[in-house]
Amino acid sequence: MNTIPKPSMPWAATPKDRLRDLLILVGAIVFTYVFVGLSPMNGKLAYFFIFFMTYAIFTGTYKGITRGSAAAKDAVVSSVVVVGAVATLIPITSILATVISKGYKGLSINLFTTDMSLATATDPLSNGGLLHAITGTLTLVGIALIISVPLGILTALYMTEIKGRFMKPIKFLVQAMSGVPSIVAGLFILSAVLYPITKSSSGLMGALALSILMIPTIARTSEEVLLLIPSELREAGVALGGTQWRTVAMIVVPAARSGLITAMILGVARIAGETAPLLLLTGGGDKVNPNPFDGPMGSLPYYIWKSFYAGSEESITRAWAGLLVLIVIILVLFISARSLSSRKVK
Amino acid sequence: MSIAVDQVKPREITTKPRLSDRVFRGIVTTGGFSSLLILGLISLFLGYRGFEVFRNEGLSFITSSEWSIVFDESGNIVESNFGLAAMLVGTILCALVAVIIAVPISVFSALFLNFYAPAWLKKILVAVIDLMAAFPSILFGVWGFLVLMPSVEYWAKLINKYLGFIPLFEIKPYFVTRSPFVAGVVLAIMIIPIITSVSREVFAQAPLDRIQAAYALGATRWAMIKAVVIPHGRSGVIGGAMLGLGRAMGETVAVFTVLNIVFQVNWHILLGAGGNVASLIILKFGEASPYEIKALMAAGLVLFVLTLGVNALADFVVKRTGKSGR
Repeated sequence: MNTIPKPSMPWAATPKDRLRDLLILVGAIVFTYVFVGLSPMNGKLAYFFIFFMTYAIFTGTYKGITRGSAAAKDAVVSSVVVVGAVATLIPITSILATVISKGYKGLSINLFTTDMSLATATDPLSNGGLLHAITGTLTLVGIALIISVPLGILTALYMTEIKGRFMKPIKFLVQAMSGVPSIVAGLFILSAVLYPITKSSSGLMGALALSILMIPTIARTSEEVLLLIPSELREAGVALGGTQWRTVAMIVVPAARSGLITAMILGVARIAGETAPLLLLTGGGDKVNPNPFDGPMGSLPYYIWKSFYAGSEESITRAWAGLLVLIVIILVLFISARSLSSRKVK
Repeated sequence: MSIAVDQVKPREITTKPRLSDRVFRGIVTTGGFSSLLILGLISLFLGYRGFEVFRNEGLSFITSSEWSIVFDESGNIVESNFGLAAMLVGTILCALVAVIIAVPISVFSALFLNFYAPAWLKKILVAVIDLMAAFPSILFGVWGFLVLMPSVEYWAKLINKYLGFIPLFEIKPYFVTRSPFVAGVVLAIMIIPIITSVSREVFAQAPLDRIQAAYALGATRWAMIKAVVIPHGRSGVIGGAMLGLGRAMGETVAVFTVLNIVFQVNWHILLGAGGNVASLIILKFGEASPYEIKALMAAGLVLFVLTLGVNALADFVVKRTGKSGR
């Protein structure tokens, strides 16, 4: 019977090393509790930061004694880097936890079947709902999609298929456009369309402003996707005698289809919660309004804004419920975009 | 026996694009220029509407910080003063506080993601951070006001207690509610995902051969990062920080909910009196007269130019990254 010699792996942690690491960890935890308990500090964040600081100092000094200053610095940085990552995650955890814990109280069936036209801010939660906000947001997003998908994808096609003389400036402009503050987009529609032409707020105005914010997201994501399509496909299309139009329409775009859908979904996620331009442009009605061309139109962000500023206990619960619905919508969009784009990579 | 075959005339070889291609290229090019058109129209219309205010106020639109309009009984304007100084200072102050808080956290978490985290954790964290970037600003606004603000005010009092001798942290009169510091913390949370993902991308571009060379020479992980990754990614991180700055300056709803808007230039970040151009527009829009709306349009143009400038600079700096390695 021949035994396969086991590699000795001198770099692997021995039980003794593990025990030592564990001792340092426990020591840091104990020290943190004693230190925070004795000092006037309170709150979870104090525990969190003191723990990481003591852990960094403990490991740092231990490594410094056993292995020298370079190892000590390395150990300290390893803990500091973790602090950075955890500090990034604290807000999102807190946001999700608060929205879920406060929002679910406001959830009920009538939330999705009635609107606010017969309810006031102080009415109990069994009265009124956000049907008008959901239909309004769907209408706004739908119109914005109709406007910005063609423009966004054409911009991406210009940058990947035509590669004209103006490719670099256009790329720059798309980048610049993605930085346009949403309130400026709202003011622009206000000054260019609402005041001179329609003279009254409506869903369409809001959708126009949202398109301005959506085009750069769609254009940039689509460009990235189209760049991933191997140029052999394009060459093959042209070699078979296809014109550029036929190659793009029959080969490139179908090959990139799931990626382009991802781009649209990300665009929708970008604008679904956009508030500022809607405050200026849509009028924010309390009734289901199926006509985007006339009359005030409600939307989820507007509903949240209005309930939040109404200030009564019931209306703040309504705002949290609205936020919960909005966050679920964004989460669903986001997950579907992820799963689509990960399928594409395979 | 031979069959006479009609000679098929070969297709003419030509480099001239067909009609269908010319139409296609025309449409795509037109679509491609939509961004230029929209940006041009934005500055044109806001400039056109705001022109009267720019002409009447002149330079004091930027330098004065009074915002008032007085009517007589018949509704005619007696006197109007529109100045953005306090709002501009406040916008830049909040955005700077945000960037100063966000950059170290983002750089550390980008380093963690690229060089410390195991692959499965990295995948999850990247998805979570991307999701956070997609959160709407009203969410940050409501959460910031109801959940975050009490703790941040507590921190502000602590900073004032121990560092109050520095003029920047003075609170006089003692009023800490809804200060630029609070707005800055909320904005920092909003821009951390942006700066993290930009930094992560530039760190990932650090040349692998140099990373391996550093390890082969016996460098620890930190020594490798200091010698290879940071010199390579420095300008990318600066660019990412400026992208975040641009976003923070244009943010409206989240700032409006947590900031106390006061028409007075204030550099003390802990004092509860701030300004923000975008929030000013929301604040004054509701009951503004037609002339005041024009002033708001002019303010919008100033904000537009400011964010455009910062973004353009950021774009320029990020693009330089690839070339600046040693």
